Amino acid sequence: MTTRRELLLSLGATSAGALVLGFGFATGAGAAARPLPPASSGRGAADRARLGNYVMITADGSVTLYARNPEMGQGSKTLLPMLIAEELDADWDRVKVEYAPADAKRYEAQYAGGSMSVPDNWEPMRRVGAAARAVLVEAAARRWQADAGALVTERGFVIDRASGRKLGYGELAAEAARLPLPDPKTLTLKAPATFTILGKSHRSVDTSAILDGRPLYGIDTVVPGMKYAVYVKSPVPGARLKRADFAAARSMPGVEQVFAVEGVTPGASEQIGLARGLAPGIAIVGRNWWQVNRARTALAAEWDDAFGAEHDSEAYDARARKLLDGSGETRRQKGQVEQALAGATTVVESVYETPWLPHLTLEPQNCTARPTASGVEIWAPSQFPNDGRELVAATLGLPLDEVTVHMVRCGGGFGRRIMNDYMVEAAVIARRAKAPVKLLWAREDDVAHDYYRPGNYHRLRAGLDGAGRVVAYAVHGVSFSRGGKPVNGGEIGLDAAPGLLVPNFRLEQSLIPTILPTGWLRAPADNSLAFVHESFWDELAVAAKRDPLQFRLDHMRASFAHPIADPTEEGEPPYDVRRAAAVLERVAERSGWGRQSTPKGVGLGVATYFSHRGYVAQVAKVRVRADGDWHVEKIWVVADVGPIILNPTTAHAQVEGAVIEGVGQLTGEIRFERGRAVQANLTDFRLMRMPAAPEVDVHFLLTDNPPTGLGEPALPPALAAVSNAIFAACGARVRALPLTAQKIMAARTDVQHAG
Amino acid sequence: MKLTINGKSVNVDAPADMPLLWVLRDEIGMKGTKFGCGVAQCGACTVHLDGQPVRACVTPVGSVGARHVTTVEGLSATAEGNAVRAAWEALDVAQCGYCQAGQMMAATGLLLRNPRPSDADIDAAMQGNFCRCSTYKRIRAAIKTAAGIDPSDRREV
Repeated sequence: MTTRRELLLSLGATSAGALVLGFGFATGAGAAARPLPPASSGRGAADRARLGNYVMITADGSVTLYARNPEMGQGSKTLLPMLIAEELDADWDRVKVEYAPADAKRYEAQYAGGSMSVPDNWEPMRRVGAAARAVLVEAAARRWQADAGALVTERGFVIDRASGRKLGYGELAAEAARLPLPDPKTLTLKAPATFTILGKSHRSVDTSAILDGRPLYGIDTVVPGMKYAVYVKSPVPGARLKRADFAAARSMPGVEQVFAVEGVTPGASEQIGLARGLAPGIAIVGRNWWQVNRARTALAAEWDDAFGAEHDSEAYDARARKLLDGSGETRRQKGQVEQALAGATTVVESVYETPWLPHLTLEPQNCTARPTASGVEIWAPSQFPNDGRELVAATLGLPLDEVTVHMVRCGGGFGRRIMNDYMVEAAVIARRAKAPVKLLWAREDDVAHDYYRPGNYHRLRAGLDGAGRVVAYAVHGVSFSRGGKPVNGGEIGLDAAPGLLVPNFRLEQSLIPTILPTGWLRAPADNSLAFVHESFWDELAVAAKRDPLQFRLDHMRASFAHPIADPTEEGEPPYDVRRAAAVLERVAERSGWGRQSTPKGVGLGVATYFSHRGYVAQVAKVRVRADGDWHVEKIWVVADVGPIILNPTTAHAQVEGAVIEGVGQLTGEIRFERGRAVQANLTDFRLMRMPAAPEVDVHFLLTDNPPTGLGEPALPPALAAVSNAIFAACGARVRALPLTAQKIMAARTDVQHAG
Repeated sequence: MKLTINGKSVNVDAPADMPLLWVLRDEIGMKGTKFGCGVAQCGACTVHLDGQPVRACVTPVGSVGARHVTTVEGLSATAEGNAVRAAWEALDVAQCGYCQAGQMMAATGLLLRNPRPSDADIDAAMQGNFCRCSTYKRIRAAIKTAAGIDPSDRREV
């Protein structure tokens, strides 16, 4: 895959003689991006901040690589520097890694989301490493008056094999920094077979700090003179303050300042955290977080929140069921669905429901902000720090250059930290309090003010012909809207099997207006859509009296001759049904599908999905007990994310975590009454904990395709694999999540025989 | 009041009802012990009092008394703690890493009273420690590695 962007490199030296390599992206002809100016003055940190380097090599031979993207546990702070180090031939054991500053002008979008770190960086980061290596080799060639092409590099040295001479990168840095940079297009990248760093497991560069409990996360940030703050908001999002007892809160121990913040209302279809905006609230600032948090009870705040009255989960459910009785707006169609359904031998019809879900990052939302003479300096655990910086500038009316954002490690992200609402809040509070402030949300704030994964409702109808082939597939999905537009994270689509394989297909959508904040949860949209469609696939196999895995494979193989050309999103690769079939075949082998005999009450279920550019198939083995309680014993996973697993330990961890999280989503739910969340803290959720976590067998099927990311694609199939296994175990087809023992007991067909 | 933290005597000026978590984090400045929920549901704040795992977010500092406080910063003081830290490193357990201080404190507490835990023992000792990244597979294997027993999952599969 060639990148559409052109790599622009710049080279320079610090006053101490270090080689520094920066680069920027030009996003097309005439783009304004310029190579960064070489440094000629300043020193140390000032040089780094100004240059936006990716590579710094100092005279003592130390190599510092800068990680451009946020780290939330997915491994990019380690992997992106590994990509540079591989082509640079640096000694990975001695490489130092630091975060780059958050600055979109120098680094383009620095983000953690969409499983895109690998596709975005696989080639550009290696080119950075290759360019740095090229000037070091050239410097050695000039010193030795040798042919650069005859020199090799290894673990931080340029070596002349003919003479046995070698020079460390540090000894060459000052000379290399003065050389012209090679044209990035002329750089030859290594063949993967010759990789020495990539393809081998390397633990996170932050491991020691994590295990020793050293300050590392946003919540650990300390700034001299820092105060602590809470920000009390209405449980109904966006409601204005009617009254509060400020004096009572001020009199509480440890409290120094209490003040109301007016808030900034975003546009009708926009959300705070993504667009200019700030929720109204009351800031309590003081010397210790526990004390300021305790003072909030003294406020006895009342809010102008009557507008939330109609926003009730029960009302949403009732409205959706009514909408599913009619038709929606047609979003996609091919062939003649109604005609094909009318002519079908068998028609299967089902309604599926998925609930709203919270993110619950374990590190609650927080941000540290220090007012400066004309702006603000921010330390934030954010998945999109550049966007946060722009939001702070826009909402506070500050020039962008007056807002500095430092990336800090995120204690989980899962999509919640795409929204930078807490960054704006901290900036406003710190400027008002005229002091550095660490804003920390209580867990109750995090649950009440999440950007929830919206639920959805589907009516599915499919027609089978006499040979058991699916000939028609009609989908009507109900999701939510804000200001007339479909909400973030509630996309109703169908990017994979079975819809794309069926000759007659239609997708309709209906919307329910909501005021509740919504957003993207790990594998957004797919985390619910895979459950819906992969469960229904299973129902179709049952109706066709076929093995569910073989049924899927037969349909996929029948489509091999008709490649699906239309990607559903611009710039995304289209669904490749051959890759989908291959992971399914492999997971059948690894799990012993069709060869494994299961005891009574135990079932195997299969599901497969294509999302975030990855192809993943899973088989789950689930035990359903006599009381309907269920336990996932094991899940076999086969994933195709390209030709190489760049950091195997992290890749396996991402798959293990995504699969177990997917199982956990089967029992998750958050509900609303009168516009406010019913659940308040972790006590109110059935969380995935140690005893329920299954064994996970991870296997990667290597294919000759561009390498892609693993943060998300392993999650979606897990839900349906488990629910299909529950059906196999006891005959219960639960179509409305959460998947409770009660629903299983009501639906199971083996109940008289259950042990 | 006087506390003994990781073997050192520390003077603290804090109200007796302030939870130990916030004394550690905001009064003393030890950031290793984490805040996750404030209601003893996630285990991120797990520390030891005389070797027993407790949730620091619901432990008033005034109730600690003469008992010795051990936090993740002092984990390596015992052989068990050292073995746990080494296993966590070797198996690359952490993803976001935020819960892992609490996980390691709970695991060390388990090994201090039960040097060869079964899978059921691990389930019982660790179920109060929530990992949002779901690193449970590696936590289970790391506890067994630290105990010097076969790290494979022995539960029925």
